Parts: sequence; C-alpha cells; structure tokens
Amino acid sequence: MNRAAIDLWVGIFVALGFGAILFLALKVGNLVTLDNSPGYRLEANFDNIGGLKLRAPVKAAGVVVGRVESVRLDTKSYEAVVTLRIDRDYQFTKDTIAAINTSGLLGEVYVGLDAGGDPTMLRDGDQIAKTQSAVVVEKLISQFLFDKAASPRPSASGDPVPAKSAEPAPVGAKK
Amino acid sequence: MSAELVAGIAQWLRRLGGTVTGAVAQLGFAARFLAAVLWHTPSAFRRIHLTLREIYFTGVLSLVIILMSGLFVGMVLSLQGYETLKRYGADEQLGILVALALVRELGPVISGLLFASRAGSAITAEIGLMKTTEQLAAMEMMAVDPLARVIAPRFWGGVISMPLLAALFSAAGIFGGYLVGVRLIGIDAGAFWGQMQAGVDFWPDVTNGIIKSVVFGAAVSLISVFEGYNAKPTAEGVASATTRTVVLSSLAILALDFVMTAFMFRGGNAT
Repeated sequence: MNRAAIDLWVGIFVALGFGAILFLALKVGNLVTLDNSPGYRLEANFDNIGGLKLRAPVKAAGVVVGRVESVRLDTKSYEAVVTLRIDRDYQFTKDTIAAINTSGLLGEVYVGLDAGGDPTMLRDGDQIAKTQSAVVVEKLISQFLFDKAASPRPSASGDPVPAKSAEPAPVGAKK
Repeated sequence: MSAELVAGIAQWLRRLGGTVTGAVAQLGFAARFLAAVLWHTPSAFRRIHLTLREIYFTGVLSLVIILMSGLFVGMVLSLQGYETLKRYGADEQLGILVALALVRELGPVISGLLFASRAGSAITAEIGLMKTTEQLAAMEMMAVDPLARVIAPRFWGGVISMPLLAALFSAAGIFGGYLVGVRLIGIDAGAFWGQMQAGVDFWPDVTNGIIKSVVFGAAVSLISVFEGYNAKPTAEGVASATTRTVVLSSLAILALDFVMTAFMFRGGNAT
C-alpha cells in the first residue's frame, strides 16, 4: 500500500471520526441551544421544588427559554431559591408566574413561566414575585382521600367507597 | 509447629511484598518509558507518514469491527431498554437511555476493549517480533533510535485513533438504536430525537466520553508498546507479552473507567 492511499484512508477515517463527534454534539447533545449563550438571571422562591434538578429546562408555552442554574435554601424563610438563566432573546413581564411542572407522569421536572400583561419587563437579577410550588403527589392523594372520607357517604354501602376512591390515583400509570 | 507457622506466614508475606514491589517497579518502568516516548515525539512527528501509517493500521482497519459492534450494541440496547421502559409507559425515553449509555460508558469502554484486542495485540506482537528478530538492535546500530522510529508513531497512532473510533462507535450505536426503536418498534421519531437532545448535554456527557476515550487510547497504546518493547526475545516471550497486553489493557480500561466515572458524574446531577 503506497503512501498516497494511506493518506487518503487516514483522511477519510479522521473526517468520519470528526463527523461522528459533530453528530454527537449537534444531533444527540444540544450544543447549539442555550448552553453557553450568555443570558440573564432571574430568581424565584418556591415553597417546595419537588424533584427540580440543576440544568432543568425553563419553558414558556412549551418552548425552552433557559435553564435552572442553581438551587439553594433560604434559611430565613425556609424557601427554596431557584436561580434561572434565561436566554437573552426572551423577555418576560414583571407579573410573570413561575410554576414547577412535570411533563407527563414520569417526565422531567421543569420550570414553567406564564407571562402576564404588565408593560415593564423583568431585568437581570430580578425576582419573580408569583410562584407556584411543585405538586407533591402523596399530598394530593391524601387530600383526596380525606375529602372523600369527610364527605357524607351513601348510607347503604359505606365501606367500598374509600377503597374505590383510592383506586383512580395511579391512573396515569396506564398509557 | 508455631515456628513453622511463623516461617510460612513470613514466606507468604515475602511473596506478597515481592509481587507488590515488582508491580511498582514495572509501573515505574512504564512511566519512564512514557516519558521517553514523549521525549522522542517531536523527532517522530518530523516523519509524519510513520504516524499516519499507524493510524491507518490501528484506526482505519478497525473501522469495520467498531462500526458493526456499535450498531449491534445500540440495537440490543434499544430492544432491551424498550422492554423495560414500556412497563412504566416511558418508552419515549428510549432515546435518552440509548444515547446516554453509549456516549458516557459503552462507547469508550467497548471500543477501548475492541481496540485493545484488535490493535493493541497487533502492536505488541509486531514490536516483540522486531525485537526477537533483532530489528530494533539493527536500527540502533544504524544510529536510528527505535523509540522515535517505531515506538512513538505506534503510540500516537493509537492515541489519535481511539477517540475517533469511540465517537464512531457511539454514533453507530445511536443509529442502531434508532433503527430498532423507531423503524422496528415504532416509537415516534420526533420523540426519540427530541428526548435525546433534551437529556444529553454536550459539555458534561459527550465531552466526558471523549476524555475517557483519549485516556483509554493512551493507556492501551502505552501498554501495547511497553509490553512489546519489553517482551522476552523468544517466541513464547512474544506470545505472553501479547496476552498480557490484552489482559492488562482490558483491566486498565475497566478500572480507569470506574475511577473517571466516579470523578466525572459524582452527584453531578443532584440539586
């Protein structure tokens, strides 16, 4: 095998290899979106952040507009302080509501932003005033059960009622 | 009786100590060998076609096995992952499962193992045979340093080929996962790629995989050239050096992988 052929094959190999890395970067990972783009920070206090993780997406109307940058506990108010890094292209109104949502039953936890109608916009370092905490499923179920137990039951067949009402809880499990 | 026991224990301890000091000495030799290879790298790179030739032998000729293995690993991963995820109704997360498993772990590790047995053993056998047939000695006689002429190009050929092979393995695996997940099972293609892009990040995931593959490439290449260069100049010596290359490389890859994973992904995702 002469040198020119070897050079050609090595060239093809290296090009393929870099193509694979590019594929991993662009198609598999999300290098192009938001990751290193400089944005601005917003803070939001939540009573409970549920399963929110670092780098979880921040979505407005389902569109990813930023990422969760840090999560810490404010030891005075015992609230979770979540710092959001929002892409510079997106502006939000002062009365935006931040909520912690879950996409689907087992889906990822994300921060949803709902813009309001205020004319002034949030700026770097501002705090989102209105927040909505994560829904804790256990609390929801127990609340539901207590409500059922407290409500006047049909007199004839009393016992099956709580059992029945407990049943619909895992309804999301079936697809 | 007790004296015999003490003597027995002492002998066992001596043997243990001898093994450990032997291993440490071997490690020291390998480190000095690495330093010597790096020292001779500039003069080896002056004849770049030597390194290109090694990239051809270790990289290009490994392409078929790497791509085929990647494809099949991805396909199996997709099938098995689907069977499990389906129970929780989370079958659309299959993209994340396949991509993360391949990019973080399986890509670097399996391609490293294949690389060690496909290319590493060949390098060791070649250098060992050169030593046995006194080609290395002949080079020295002609004032050609075998470290610059033979060893460094093979070392760098492996270091350069390995990350590219690992990336190709991961890409082929993800394509295999796509074939099975989307084409065969019928998961929505948009969900497959979309979930994958949402779950895999370039910086921690893909780059850590690349770093791993570079480290594996360096480890396997160093072990291969070191074992070849230090092989006993007999037929059995070359044979046992080749075996040792595969065994040591595989162990080194798995151990290094654990250590690097422990550092890279330790609580990286925790709040």
